[in-house]
Amino acid sequence: MGIFIDAFRDGLAMLVSGATDVWTIILVSVQVSGVAVLLALVLGIPAGFVLGSKRFIGRRMMLVIANTGMGLPPVVVGLVVAMLLSRRGPFGNLELLYSQPAMVIAQLVIALPVVAAVSAAAVSAVPRELRLQARSLGASRFQEAFMTLKEARMGLIAAVAAGFGSIISEVGAVTMVGGNLAGKTRVMTTAIVQYTRMGDYGPALALAAVLMGMVLVVNILLTSVQSSAERYER
Amino acid sequence: MNPAAITVEGVLRSFRGKTAVDVERLELRPGRTLALLGPSGSGKSTLLSIIGLLERPDTGRVLLDGAVVTPRDTAARLSMAAAFQRPYLFKGTIADNVAYGLRLRRVPASRVAALVSESLARVGLPGWESRSALTLSGGEAQRVALARAIVLEPRVLLLDEPLASLDPLMKWRLARDFDSILRQSSITTLYVTHDQDEALTVADDVAIMREGRVVASGPVDEVFGLPVDEWTAGFLGMEPAIRGRVVEVADGVAGIDCDGVMLYAVAAVKPGEAVALGVRPEDVLLFEADVEIPISSARNHFEATVTEIVASGATFRVVIERGSVRIAARISRASLADLKLAVGVPVRALFKATAVRVAST
Repeated sequence: MGIFIDAFRDGLAMLVSGATDVWTIILVSVQVSGVAVLLALVLGIPAGFVLGSKRFIGRRMMLVIANTGMGLPPVVVGLVVAMLLSRRGPFGNLELLYSQPAMVIAQLVIALPVVAAVSAAAVSAVPRELRLQARSLGASRFQEAFMTLKEARMGLIAAVAAGFGSIISEVGAVTMVGGNLAGKTRVMTTAIVQYTRMGDYGPALALAAVLMGMVLVVNILLTSVQSSAERYER
Repeated sequence: MNPAAITVEGVLRSFRGKTAVDVERLELRPGRTLALLGPSGSGKSTLLSIIGLLERPDTGRVLLDGAVVTPRDTAARLSMAAAFQRPYLFKGTIADNVAYGLRLRRVPASRVAALVSESLARVGLPGWESRSALTLSGGEAQRVALARAIVLEPRVLLLDEPLASLDPLMKWRLARDFDSILRQSSITTLYVTHDQDEALTVADDVAIMREGRVVASGPVDEVFGLPVDEWTAGFLGMEPAIRGRVVEVADGVAGIDCDGVMLYAVAAVKPGEAVALGVRPEDVLLFEADVEIPISSARNHFEATVTEIVASGATFRVVIERGSVRIAARISRASLADLKLAVGVPVRALFKATAVRVAST
């Protein structure tokens, strides 16, 4: 158990002392995953709404793509995004490889299908007649959509949780497109891998604790929103 | 007469090549309740959707107070409100539900609470504002759905089979309440139902639909009293109209010869005129054939033979015939037993001249 106690003491000291490199890693993680989740929600919820509520040619195929996307291996995403952004790739001229935007793109590709598919399932569970009822009381198309999303709010909270969960702990794709550059693209997961390889368990455990704490706080937050929505629905 | 609140002209709507609605003309008169009556699949709900601007017809038009309106016409849509077979309440409190349309119309928050309370009181749920909308019984939920619609004071209220999913007891209690609420509010109402008793309870006018077409329309007494054809008669549980010729008119009462049976009706007709007659089964009394009928206000009585007995819910529909005169009476199980009725049994029928509907042919 000595190894844990030593690592815990070292890690705690590092966090309390405000060691710049550790806090930079945490900040980069929050920035990259925060922007990726936000983009996934902005794009995924409307996409889920359309998939869940509208009937159009190709809808079934898009649902299959979204559902398959939920099980997309992050390393495959990392590989494809890396190839697209590499010097010889179609977007090589943007020079994004090994940058935070590249990591955001990779995480977005991972989270977007998750958010879209879970949102679509939540929206499709709202009866079509409820939307017709809103229309019949004078709702515009926009107000009808807003009502639908409000009715599906429990499922949408689950979509946020699933989207966040799919990327915050992800390590393969961000390593491949971010390169794990210290102070620039090193995030908590890649740093934990690196410190562990070096046998430097203190900072690895400190970052793991912060990562776990972050996941816990976000999920407590989402659960409390869900509980208050549940109370409202009862 | 006031112009119609709603006029439907030449409306045609098809789904996958099958005509769902084909209505040449239909009017909803202001302040009245029109029951759109017909069997399942006759196009009633589709016509309601078109009138409610929830659906666009393939051809034809809908006029609101004389002006053509479409689903894109926001002002027209905001002047209507609907409640459907299932109440479809939104998650949240009853107050949230009733206030939904008011908020869409940007009614000041200070007025919303008062209007919601008033509307809930009108449907018999005073003080229910803060209860959850998802824990109500079917009847309570339907009352909330009605409150949510009438709180908007719509120009036209659309009710699509609002009582169809309720148990019979709740259904009749609510039908009577709906009737009184609609009469007090004087809202022009389109009431879709497949149940003629419900239509009789709530409606002033009725339009009967069959395979997308309106086959009969007019005031309830007229349409229900004298079926225009065999199908309509069958749907209303009546016999087809009896043919006859007016032989005398005295003090507003016409004596009509129907193949040797003299029937009397209060009608504005002239001697020699060929007419069609009808009488509601509920208005016909049956007696044993050999009983002496005392002098009464019922002008029509004659002997006939029972030709058909059909159970219809809790009552029986007994068809009697004499020559070409064929009418139906609606009687209880107890009366059927007391009279020992069976096919071939002679009976005496009695009904008032005011119960007979007459139309020139």
